[in-house]
Amino acid sequence: AYKRFSELLPREERESAFSARVPKSHILTLPELRANPFQERICHVFSTSETGDDSMSFEDFLDMLSVFSDSATSDIKSHYAFRIFDFDDDGTLDRKDLEQLVNCLTGQGEESRLSSAEMEQLIQNILEESDIDKDGTINLSEFQHVVSRSPDFARCGGLQR
Amino acid sequence: RDSQQAETERLSRWKKWRRTSSKSLKKAVSEVKGWSSYLVLWQRDIHSIEGKFGTGIQSYFSFLRFLVLLNFIIFTFMFSFVTLPIIISKNGMFNSTIAYISPKNIEDNCTIYEPTGNKGLVYFYTYLKDLFSGTGFLEVTSLFYGYYTVDAVWISVMRYNLPLAYLLATFAYLALSFLWIVKRSVEGFMQNLVHDADPFQSYCNKVFAGWDFCITDPNAARLKHRSLQYELQTDLQEEKLKQKIAERTMKEKLRIYSLRIFINIIVLAILSGCFYSIYRVTVFSQENSNVSIRNDTRTDSANLLVQYLPSMVITLANFIGPQIFSFLIRFEDYTPAFEIKLTLMRCVFIRLANIGVLMFSLWSQISDCGADKCKPCGYNYKLYPCWESDVGQEMYKLMIFDFIVILAVPLFLDFPKKLLVTHCSCKLIQLFGQQEFRISDNVLEIIYGQTICWIGTFFSPLLPVIATIKYFIIFYVKKIILIHTCKPATRPIRASGSNFFFLVVLLIGLLLAFIPLGVSIAHIPSSKACGPFRNFNTSWEVIPDTILEFPTVVQQILFSMASEAFAVPFFMIICIVMFYFIALARAHKRVVEQLREQLV
Repeated sequence: AYKRFSELLPREERESAFSARVPKSHILTLPELRANPFQERICHVFSTSETGDDSMSFEDFLDMLSVFSDSATSDIKSHYAFRIFDFDDDGTLDRKDLEQLVNCLTGQGEESRLSSAEMEQLIQNILEESDIDKDGTINLSEFQHVVSRSPDFARCGGLQR
Repeated sequence: RDSQQAETERLSRWKKWRRTSSKSLKKAVSEVKGWSSYLVLWQRDIHSIEGKFGTGIQSYFSFLRFLVLLNFIIFTFMFSFVTLPIIISKNGMFNSTIAYISPKNIEDNCTIYEPTGNKGLVYFYTYLKDLFSGTGFLEVTSLFYGYYTVDAVWISVMRYNLPLAYLLATFAYLALSFLWIVKRSVEGFMQNLVHDADPFQSYCNKVFAGWDFCITDPNAARLKHRSLQYELQTDLQEEKLKQKIAERTMKEKLRIYSLRIFINIIVLAILSGCFYSIYRVTVFSQENSNVSIRNDTRTDSANLLVQYLPSMVITLANFIGPQIFSFLIRFEDYTPAFEIKLTLMRCVFIRLANIGVLMFSLWSQISDCGADKCKPCGYNYKLYPCWESDVGQEMYKLMIFDFIVILAVPLFLDFPKKLLVTHCSCKLIQLFGQQEFRISDNVLEIIYGQTICWIGTFFSPLLPVIATIKYFIIFYVKKIILIHTCKPATRPIRASGSNFFFLVVLLIGLLLAFIPLGVSIAHIPSSKACGPFRNFNTSWEVIPDTILEFPTVVQQILFSMASEAFAVPFFMIICIVMFYFIALARAHKRVVEQLREQLV
């Protein structure tokens, strides 16, 4: 893993890789993240930089890899997944978050988005299924409850590395 | 990391060594796992197909690989237990000899069988013709039943009972296929059950867990996006359709039900038309090829066409039938998912039933006993002195023709279409567009071929090796077609459901293959002129005869197991066990529902 990290740094900073931070643009060139529609959110969630520029140190990089590996528990994975899906960082998944999430999933470009009627119906169905206290948003425990019952999450939420 | 480093310094040397050795062991294990994926047949090819075309098409190719392995193992069975002893003894290796027991109580007429092995000077094209129709020089090789006219093989001082070995090897390969398919389908069934049991969570599952984080290729990512979009849209559409169906008025319901009954009658009429034409063509082909053999007019090249007539008619029916079904089902107004399932069921039925009708028409010819044609021997001995070889030849012809069609269709249809579409920008041609890889049609094709192989192996023990080679070549042909002429599907199918479906249809084919084999082994008298079962009334009789040679104690045990005193209590116990499991499953379901209520 250290090798991968140091490859991302520009050449002159390789020696001090332990303490250097890699800018976001370089992180996004990793093959696993390149095709991922949630790449921006992943960088934002795992980055501990104070300046808010979403750069990642080696510790952040390790954190990201360990959460995505097969040996992470599903609690940790669902916790981080919740933070990744929460686009406005307010601690709950409301309608706007869900709409952005679905648009990310169906792809960029105008013709790949669902129509607004379909989007309404879909979000209605999702809230029906997962919103237990019926407040119109999904908080962390509701999200973890729903995700623990879905068979696909454990299989697809991991990077084979 | 700093804290971890500080901790390591504090540990004793023993613990340090243990930690480093466990880390290197883990690394080594993961390396070995990576290497072992190279050993599996075609692993890399299938992986690349999965990345480019999705898991639905990948499941087709894994299925093909499974069939190659299955056929190869069946071939090793039949070869080592049936063909190998004869080859050993015919060449006199290991001090072996063959024992031919002279036929007893059989009329001389029944034992006349002179297959012409093309001795002497013949035209070269006769060899080609024989290769395609299984007669002539092929008929006397170990490919067909007639070669195995041996009663026992003595290897040094051991007596190898060939008829018993032949029958038991047949049962063994059928049982092996059955168990292997059931084992594979159980895994898929459990996945299906889990998937279907939670319909109230399907949307959340798709949205929160839909993205596969292992995708690294942008093409694959685009495919995944499209498949997610399609899945969500279809689910929403189905929901709307269900609401519409629930709101139908009585008049509309009546109209739709009467339309459905009418269309089902049309479907039945088409099916009976197919069956009747297959029956007539088989009878015609058998009569004409036999007549020409007897009158020795084998230089007629139209003879080959006549011999292949049943195969051609079956292939034509298999091709036209599904097109008509998919046209008709649009009028029946079902939900899209049910439409797909029903069309598939009808296609499966027509393909497998065609084979059944062919077998039935062959039997009706063989057991055609009007006017005393089969008085001495129990079957039509004049036309079919060695009827098992004849049935084997029909199966062989079916398999060869199927292979030719699978090779010819892409060559003459798909590639020219692709060339036309890419080079000619005329509107009419662009209307056809590039085709997609139709998974269900291809799967039914190979299941049809496999059913023929299962039925034919009893009559032609080396048929599995032909099937193995055929599927091996088909893998590469289909892969080339896929990569060069097909565009990725706009309607991606989920793999877990399709895997289970393929195996279920394969199982139906296997169960269908049991019927002709059962009738041939137990009902129709075996040929007296050739084959290992000459001295028995039917092929099945080997087993009772062998049991009678066992010591009396064993005989008594076996007889008591087959008697009513044992069978009835055994059946009742099995029923009780089954009811117990059903009750347990129902209780579990009720508990799950109660828990669900408590949560929400």
